[in-house]
Amino acid sequence: MNNYDINIRPFGSHAILMEWPNRVEESILEDILEFISVLKTKVNIAEWETVPAYNSLTLICRKQAIPFEELKKQLQIWYNEENSVVKTERFLWRLPVCYDLDFGIDLLEVSEQLGMSIAQVIEMHTSHKYTVYGIGFLPGFMYLGGLPKELEVQRKNTPRLKVTKGSVGLAARQTGIYPQESPGGWNIIGNCSVPMFDADADTPCFVSVGDQVQFYAIERAEYDLHMIEAEVGIYKREKIPIHA
Amino acid sequence: MLNKGVPVSGQMDSYSPAKINQLLENDETAAVMEITMTGPTIQFDAPTCICFGGAEMSVTLNNEPVSPFKVYSIKQGDILSYGRLKKGFRNYLGIKNGFLTERILGSRSFFFPLSEKSHLTDGMEIDYEAITDFIPKLSELRVDAPLDDTVLKVTIGPEHGLLTDDQLDVLFQSEFSIAKENNRMAYRLNENLAQHHISILTSCTMPGTVQLTPSGKIIILMQDGQTTGGYPRILQLTDEAMDILAQKKHGDKISFKFS
Repeated sequence: MNNYDINIRPFGSHAILMEWPNRVEESILEDILEFISVLKTKVNIAEWETVPAYNSLTLICRKQAIPFEELKKQLQIWYNEENSVVKTERFLWRLPVCYDLDFGIDLLEVSEQLGMSIAQVIEMHTSHKYTVYGIGFLPGFMYLGGLPKELEVQRKNTPRLKVTKGSVGLAARQTGIYPQESPGGWNIIGNCSVPMFDADADTPCFVSVGDQVQFYAIERAEYDLHMIEAEVGIYKREKIPIHA
Repeated sequence: MLNKGVPVSGQMDSYSPAKINQLLENDETAAVMEITMTGPTIQFDAPTCICFGGAEMSVTLNNEPVSPFKVYSIKQGDILSYGRLKKGFRNYLGIKNGFLTERILGSRSFFFPLSEKSHLTDGMEIDYEAITDFIPKLSELRVDAPLDDTVLKVTIGPEHGLLTDDQLDVLFQSEFSIAKENNRMAYRLNENLAQHHISILTSCTMPGTVQLTPSGKIIILMQDGQTTGGYPRILQLTDEAMDILAQKKHGDKISFKFS
């Protein structure tokens, strides 16, 4: 761990908040994930919920109230310890997106706003790797960082009451996928055929904070095939380990 | 699964269900029915024992008035009917060994769209175990459900330090009223604090987290609330305060006090 200046504060009687410097940086995120790995060797992690996001880590103990001062001291000690042995497992997920205009209902408008062709928007959207800085808002909703400036478009003035499940969107500096149908103000450019959250699956949400995501374009026929495979339960997700 | 964006969900008031499950000698995780403002008419197709409590509502069993926090024996064909809300907002109906709704992520709670339904509707059927041999050790409890309490005990939230002394005075010396925008995700208050320009990098939020929006709106996240947010978190309600707030409705008054 890089030994950043971290701040530890109480967050109600059952949780404790650890905050890293106020910046969006991959190295900070990595530091947080490394600390979670260290924590797993120190406490019975089953009794805790760990919620990492951007520059913070919240530790929640549902069973009992936390002795704050005691735990704060202990966490600081563990953070300061030299610990290069701990390796975190992070993955790059390749996610298929169908950019057909049937799905990408705002794709034409977005391309016009950005002064690019639709093909260029797709090329740019699929050529970058995005880092998962947090998961929240909806089950399986990823906060993705790393969107190129050229793809920044304003949110829609009037949000839609219903955005289709799987919709891939663009809004200001963010891109992402709506894992369930929901109201939403993002510009929809396609649909991802992989369910980002499946309550019945062994691993309901396969992505974790710290992972990376890269989209690739698929045709409508392949999208339909994925839908069938998912229903039958044979769809395989593509993941590649990230080496630090 | 908070770190995957799944809210805690479950009962809004924990106080009443705990007493109910205690009387029914159920596991504390036995599922109860949450009845908000208006209640159902239920026909039981098998024998069991029930117990209800929380908000004060007129409840009859086969047209005879029945009391809260008391165990009643149910036989096949019995009809339980909810009438007028008199005090509070949420009533809970417990049943011996709990309602057997589908388990999703290990929980029997409804949370749409992870569960098929967000709430019960006319004609729906719910499973439960047929029970004929339960004799409760205690048939009733004198319970003071905190329906009259208006003081919400809080601890400081992570961004509490952003509040000025004036704002702190307003926060702890004022009476607030519940806005009409209140539901299982969040309760809004009618009265605003001053506007500000502070936003935080998206971070964890929990039921009971009190957020302050840039326009000065006060939002209290509840059981189905988002698990992350970018608004400053100024206060955190205690569990006790959540039980009190769960019984409040549009127009009710509350105030904050340090725990």
